[in-house]
Amino acid sequence: MIKRKESPTDTAFLLAITISMFIAFYVLSIIFLGDKGFNKIQMFFNLLNENAALIVIACGLSIVMITGSIDISVGGSTALICTSCIVCLNNYGFNFFTALILALGIGITFGAIQGYLIAYMEMQPFIVTLAGMFLGRGLVALIEVNQIQVNNKGFELLSGARIQIPFLGDINKKGVFIQSKLEYGVLVAIIIVFVMFWLLRKTSLGRSFYAVGGNSQSALMLGINVKKTRFNAHLLCGLLAGIGGFLYLFHTRSGSVQQATGLEMDAIAASIIGGTLLTGGVGNIFGTLFGVLTSGIVLLIVTAIGSQDPWWPQITRAAMLCFFIVLQSVICSRKKK
Amino acid sequence: MTRNNKKADSSRVVSAFKAIIKHKLFIPIVFLVFLLLINIFIKPGFLRISLGSDSSGNPVLIGNLVNILNNATELVILAIGMTLVTASSRGQDISVGSTIAIVGGVIMRVLCGSETQPVELMAPIIIAFLLGCLAGMACGAFNGILVSKFNIQPMVATLILFTAGRSIGSMAMGGLKPKAVASFGYYGNFIPGFPIPTPILITVIVVAIAFYMLKKTNLGLYTRAVGINDKSSKLNGLNPARIKLLSYVIMGLCVGIAGFVQSSRVQTVNPYTIVPGIEMDAILAVALGGNSLGGGTLNIAGSIIGAYTIQSLTSMLTTLNVNTNALPVFKAVIIIILVAIQTPTVKSFFSKKNRFPKLTTGSGKEVV
Repeated sequence: MIKRKESPTDTAFLLAITISMFIAFYVLSIIFLGDKGFNKIQMFFNLLNENAALIVIACGLSIVMITGSIDISVGGSTALICTSCIVCLNNYGFNFFTALILALGIGITFGAIQGYLIAYMEMQPFIVTLAGMFLGRGLVALIEVNQIQVNNKGFELLSGARIQIPFLGDINKKGVFIQSKLEYGVLVAIIIVFVMFWLLRKTSLGRSFYAVGGNSQSALMLGINVKKTRFNAHLLCGLLAGIGGFLYLFHTRSGSVQQATGLEMDAIAASIIGGTLLTGGVGNIFGTLFGVLTSGIVLLIVTAIGSQDPWWPQITRAAMLCFFIVLQSVICSRKKK
Repeated sequence: MTRNNKKADSSRVVSAFKAIIKHKLFIPIVFLVFLLLINIFIKPGFLRISLGSDSSGNPVLIGNLVNILNNATELVILAIGMTLVTASSRGQDISVGSTIAIVGGVIMRVLCGSETQPVELMAPIIIAFLLGCLAGMACGAFNGILVSKFNIQPMVATLILFTAGRSIGSMAMGGLKPKAVASFGYYGNFIPGFPIPTPILITVIVVAIAFYMLKKTNLGLYTRAVGINDKSSKLNGLNPARIKLLSYVIMGLCVGIAGFVQSSRVQTVNPYTIVPGIEMDAILAVALGGNSLGGGTLNIAGSIIGAYTIQSLTSMLTTLNVNTNALPVFKAVIIIILVAIQTPTVKSFFSKKNRFPKLTTGSGKEVV
């Protein structure tokens, strides 16, 4: 049998750019900023610890973006999950598992309602999820206006737990070897990345996401239930937003109205940097993972360079986003010619 | 409905009624009137306008209606630009709030230099205004080039400035929080001796210019043509890229004016908290005005009414002592209801012409 020679696709090209960019940034930061802590292995694990929730949420956003839709309500639902879980944990005797169920329930409810309105009522995704964002943040203010902290022994015990990585670690100033620590949330995030990768590659549900996002009319003619696929994408995104919101709570242990502001934009930016096209039909979950990590390391570098001005992190992030968006556009327009 | 034509008169009344219902401004106006009625109901003295005097003894108009007209200024000006952008590029500009921060930062830098409490203005106000507008138009042009030349979706293209804008505004002010002298405040409050708030006058001027432009130029027609189908508009001899770019630059100009009014209100600017969420309100105003958010419709009068509707809603909820942070809940519910009644599914549910349901994909495109 003759094996067909495959040329690298646009997705692979974009993914390669993202991964090499991450590696380049990391290596450069180790070389030039090693004394600021970048040569420590724990730095890499901290990067994961900080971004575990964002990775899960960005996976959900990648899926809706692949389907050609968008969800900007994830920041609002994260804030709602944090505050309502904390209120229940503190005042109504919830434990870890009931809080988790509550978080997933909120996420799925958001996903299902928005998915129904977008897929079956044919409303515009942007405006529906905008309303979802308003609703999430507004409900937080109705539940609790002030910033609150978790005050639940069991939850705090679980949240404080760390995985000790064997044989990996750093030697501190006194010459004592300290093992690297990883939060359990990162484990969940990594598992979800692999599950979503499998789902998008191997299952008919995942393939139909790509088909609908690529061209919904031809997907319809192929016999794919377009509306149901769109609904499923939003439901999945809602579920992942629920998990992500819970991980966010797990990491921060606090809740407020202004919490997770701009999280949706961070997640969209990570997906775009990872090579997901907003026009739909193109995307890769591993790209999203590296998108989150790349923007995370850039923020760390900008902070570590030690500029006194507080505006550089956001501007750098926007410049990077601009670079990737223009790159995508150039690649896509070249393909059409 | 027309089957029941026993009397010619009744059918004429029915058709006139139908024409009113079908008019594009019907839903926005009904909604505004409805909100005002609720306002009157919960607050008996709502419509009263009286002539009071401010702290320095100048005559000023006081009343709820005046407040609504005054506070809606920025929103009305932004809604005009947003309608144009939505019509031409089939997407929304979500960077307007951040761009207002940039404009405010530039104006403050020009007026105050690098002092925090300047005794006098460093430059004439008109120069600050023009530079502010220029900054707004530059941001608009940046968005416009990304949208028109690189064919990037408007929401994504404007995401860049949405992320960076507030930080750029802070950078423009050099990290300071200067407060300009009181004479700069005339444009956001009152000119001494003149009872009508200046922002209302600015709104009237901007709206008049917008309508004059739409009346005298082909801007409205071209924008709609590009929004409905940019390929066919290109075949008809238009330049879609240029028209999209133009609409974004006009949006930038609107942002410049709105930013000027906003920074004049308290004569100081905090780039990180100035006009939070105004981009969403502006988009909501466009949707309330009966414009399709998918482009191709240009109903500026509707958008302006929509902007006033949102301001009346905010004022009503404030009267009811709703926490400022909880306002979005009500806005969200209203967005959903309003957009839902505009969708083809609901429309076909109410009309009797759905005997042959069209084969559609989820995005509302008909399958040929």
